[in-house]
Amino acid sequence: MSSIEESEVVLLGWWASMYTSRVRIALSEKCINYENKEQDIVNKGPLLLKHNPIYKKVPVLIHKGKSICDSKIIVQYIDETWKEGYSLLPSDPYLKSQAAFWADYIDKHIYEGAKKVMMSKGEERQKALDEFLGYLKVLENELGEKPYFNGESFGFVDMALICYYSHLIAYGRIGNFSIEKDTPKLFAWASQCMKRESVSKALADPNKIYELASAHTF
Amino acid sequence: MADEVKLHGVTGSPFVCRAVIALNLKGINYEFVAEDFSNKSADLLKYNPVYKKVPVLLHNGNPILESLVIVEYIDEVWKGVPILPQDAYEKAQARFWAKFMDDKCDPAIFKVISSHGEEQAVAEAHEALQFLENELKVKGNKYFGGDNINLVDIAAISIAYWIGAAEEALGIEVLSKHKFPKLTEWSDNYVNCQAVKDSLPPIENLVAFLKKRFSKAE
Repeated sequence: MSSIEESEVVLLGWWASMYTSRVRIALSEKCINYENKEQDIVNKGPLLLKHNPIYKKVPVLIHKGKSICDSKIIVQYIDETWKEGYSLLPSDPYLKSQAAFWADYIDKHIYEGAKKVMMSKGEERQKALDEFLGYLKVLENELGEKPYFNGESFGFVDMALICYYSHLIAYGRIGNFSIEKDTPKLFAWASQCMKRESVSKALADPNKIYELASAHTF
Repeated sequence: MADEVKLHGVTGSPFVCRAVIALNLKGINYEFVAEDFSNKSADLLKYNPVYKKVPVLLHNGNPILESLVIVEYIDEVWKGVPILPQDAYEKAQARFWAKFMDDKCDPAIFKVISSHGEEQAVAEAHEALQFLENELKVKGNKYFGGDNINLVDIAAISIAYWIGAAEEALGIEVLSKHKFPKLTEWSDNYVNCQAVKDSLPPIENLVAFLKKRFSKAE
């Protein structure tokens, strides 16, 4: 078992974490070799507590012994440190600011929105569903006719949203919504993203997410 | 062609103040468009249809939203006094602390103010503030940015100014010198920086605003 100092890039993550998936996608797009250290998020180990003392959460990227926390910040760090290869963020400051805004919008609404639908019943569920679909429609509107949120190529905002996909499929089964039927444009976009090896390898199996979510819902 | 820069905001908002500090730090000429929340301008609704909130920066007609995104945008477009570190790791750390302000500190401070210093709210705010106190202690610097203010100092304006105004307006104590000596010292230095001084609303106005906004119903 190698020590932290021996591996230049280490990822502390959890198989079911969307945010860990997001970082995996970024590392893969940049063809960065890394050591994966799967974490127990219930009984948190000393490594996680040492490298993310404030939030005690995954993912944490450890690069040459220094830790970077928060998935969006990690992705930006990866893009700025490994400058060669695929660009994850636009270089134009205005486009970059738009990407930052939309990634933030996604993180503020999508997970909580989907979870609310899954966890509620009856009239509450319908209300939650209307709200959740509202957020997705805003995103569909932003996507417009572009193949990706980033334009012609896959980028930061695409990475920000696609990392939720397995969860959205799983939560949809429980909460009775379907990305395919309810937001076909987003479904088409997601299917396109899933063709990328970086994405398909990074996301958890939706069936396993379904099992995990079911255990907590019923 | 000269740049056209407008900032839509209200003087009572620390988030708007973040943008103002950044603009003043860089010596940018801009027009401040004062918004009234009970009667939002057509421009505000047009440029921020998603949240309908301030601040909104308009640069040659292009809208940039979310205060920290605005500050980073300003830093990228206008050279001169740097707001973010150049080094990717230091940049990631600055972003982390700025986000910590947004995610933990500002909501906690808001809760304290709106609850008029309710015990649990104050305890939560103290927990968040303690992390910042420790960060200043450990680094031993004048500002979060070192010898000069950076993104984190800008993000933390509500601690340096809004807490004090709220304490006066509502007769509560949140940031005691005894409990938070480093933050108190940082605060005193920070509000006396020229760019910051030029950006702050007069304290009497802020106190009056907070009194009006958060006074308990008779």
